[in-house]
Amino acid sequence: MSTHHHHAKDFLFTYVFSQDHKMISKQFLITGFLMGFIGLIMSTLFRLQLGWPGESFEVIDMFMGSWAENGVMSPDRYLALVTMHGTIMVFFLLTAGLSGTFSNLLIPLQIGARDMASGFLNMLSYWFFLISSLIMLTSLFVEGGAASSGWTIYPPLSALPEAIPGSGTGMTLWLVSMTVFIASSLLGSLNYIVTIFNLRTKGMTMTRMPLTIWAFLLTAILGVLSFPVLLAACLLLVFDRSFGTSFYLSDIYIGGQVLDHTGGSPILFEHLFWFLGHPEVYIVLLPALGITSEIISTMSRKPIFGYRAMIGSMMAIAFLSFIVWGHHMFLTGMNPFLGSVFTFTTLLIAIPSAVKVFNYITTLWKGNIVFTPATLFSVGLVSTFISVV
Amino acid sequence: MSHTEELDNKELWGGGTSPFNAGYGKLMMWFFLMSDALSFTGFLAAYGFYRHNFSAIWPSAENVFTHFPFVHGHQPLIYVALMTFILIMSSVTMVLAVEAGQRMDKKKVILWMFWTIIGGLIFVGSQAWEWYHFIHGTDIGAFELGKGIYTLPDGTIEQTQGIIGRWKEGSNQTILELPWRSEVGNIASEYLTLSGQALTDAMANGQAIHGANLTHNEYGHPLFADFFFFITGFHGTHVFSGVVLNFIIFVNVIMGTYEKRGHYEMVEKVGLYWHFVDLVWVFVFTFFYLI
Ligand SMILES: [Cu+2]
Repeated sequence: MSTHHHHAKDFLFTYVFSQDHKMISKQFLITGFLMGFIGLIMSTLFRLQLGWPGESFEVIDMFMGSWAENGVMSPDRYLALVTMHGTIMVFFLLTAGLSGTFSNLLIPLQIGARDMASGFLNMLSYWFFLISSLIMLTSLFVEGGAASSGWTIYPPLSALPEAIPGSGTGMTLWLVSMTVFIASSLLGSLNYIVTIFNLRTKGMTMTRMPLTIWAFLLTAILGVLSFPVLLAACLLLVFDRSFGTSFYLSDIYIGGQVLDHTGGSPILFEHLFWFLGHPEVYIVLLPALGITSEIISTMSRKPIFGYRAMIGSMMAIAFLSFIVWGHHMFLTGMNPFLGSVFTFTTLLIAIPSAVKVFNYITTLWKGNIVFTPATLFSVGLVSTFISVV
Repeated sequence: MSHTEELDNKELWGGGTSPFNAGYGKLMMWFFLMSDALSFTGFLAAYGFYRHNFSAIWPSAENVFTHFPFVHGHQPLIYVALMTFILIMSSVTMVLAVEAGQRMDKKKVILWMFWTIIGGLIFVGSQAWEWYHFIHGTDIGAFELGKGIYTLPDGTIEQTQGIIGRWKEGSNQTILELPWRSEVGNIASEYLTLSGQALTDAMANGQAIHGANLTHNEYGHPLFADFFFFITGFHGTHVFSGVVLNFIIFVNVIMGTYEKRGHYEMVEKVGLYWHFVDLVWVFVFTFFYLI
């Protein structure tokens, strides 16, 4: 057993091609953190540019070299950095990094399963994530730079490869990367869902499950139902970019020349994008709500107040998050009546949110509170949550 | 009894309940299909959005899909109806295969899987045939008006971008029918037409169109062709993958893999996928051909 060959093999399957949920969780953690760190550097750089436009910075010169002549960022690179920062933070850190780390680590541990339902698909999920991260980072270095039409990649800027420098190869790689990312997210979420449904230990009925697991379950369901619509939006965009269709384009002139596109509307893209975009908010938030539920209950030395109401309100939030996407589109010229419908459904989310906040407060009430950093962060989340909502 | 490793796990950790009495693989398939359904919903909703937006000039499918193999003349939607029937029948044979699997009747599973695969292949082939005729178009073709603002004979000004005029039947390409009808009260009447000098003017910066592709479509609005190619293509890819999956499982059935395993759950899983693909086609068919 102790030949070199075996050592190498053991290393490979323990740390690299691991099918173990704890190892995969660590892989997600490290990759997610690295991506987050890169995103952080980007935001620092473009905020320097934003705060002191046109001024020369040594740090910009150091990081960006020829992309910033004399330490002054060019407008194209500024747009690319903003776009990449948004994309990396929203998708790679807060979606894959968060769910990939905590769902993988905690689901089997908290439901008493030996591992995820399918270790192989779990491994694939991580590798797809890593590949999509690498493609996204590579796009920084191609001709014209990375995608530059914002993390929401609205057409026509994203649909016409000749629109701005970042609309060329950079945008193509963005779309490729996100397609791989969606596959990763799908594989991960499917695994979380079926593991929670099928592999719970004896006696753990759905209403005895930790709230953290409930939150992860709903997060995974949101991902499974919303990311395919982003995939749909991206595929149509690929066709507009590369095959001359007009799904999002109409009456476009470039350099005085009318293009061959007719009839399409960028508002279609915005609908499809925000159908993912709003549930995405809760894909980011729900895991935190689940984890804080347990931290607050543990650190108050009390069971959570209104366990079933907590589940119900998370379900209500998850459901409502699918019918509010229009509140991101008030300025698009969308039918004003539709706007008021979306305002109404958005306001409805305040009800389950308020239920959750009352339950948090009531759990703390008369509790024997232990003030650990975890407690303070959790209380901080509750107060931020209620003041933002 | 020899089980797969997954089943052993399940027995060891057999707590909780398995919802719907399904193994995790089957459950995963269900959730995957829900996810896929949302992609199709996105496409079909987008189609509906434009179909509604351009309802006045949207081509009607019975004027587009009028061919039937080896038969001459006008056969609107007959062939697509046959295709749809064959696909639905292949779902029926799939149900029979699953049912035979539950009885551990290997011979019948082979038989019904075989017919399911044949049905799928006929469907994919038929779709290729439909595409061929759609791309090829009619002999007479149509005329796409030049871009810009244009004055119609009755004085109305219309945006002519992407507007397709079709040659009036029997006019020998001297009268072009525009996609608008003149309205008298509430009654829609004849199509507006162009002829003589007005036609010559219109033809100055337009172009003749034969058949359909992703930018031009002789049957009407280009977006009709865009969506037709995209959605039937996306669905066709699903059908083709389904045929491949069915074939792999079919080979496994013949090799006796599932007989040794003691259950035919894999047949049920590909069966779910196959029914889903059929169900989606019913929607695609309804959206493109019926309304
Ligand atoms: Cu929102």
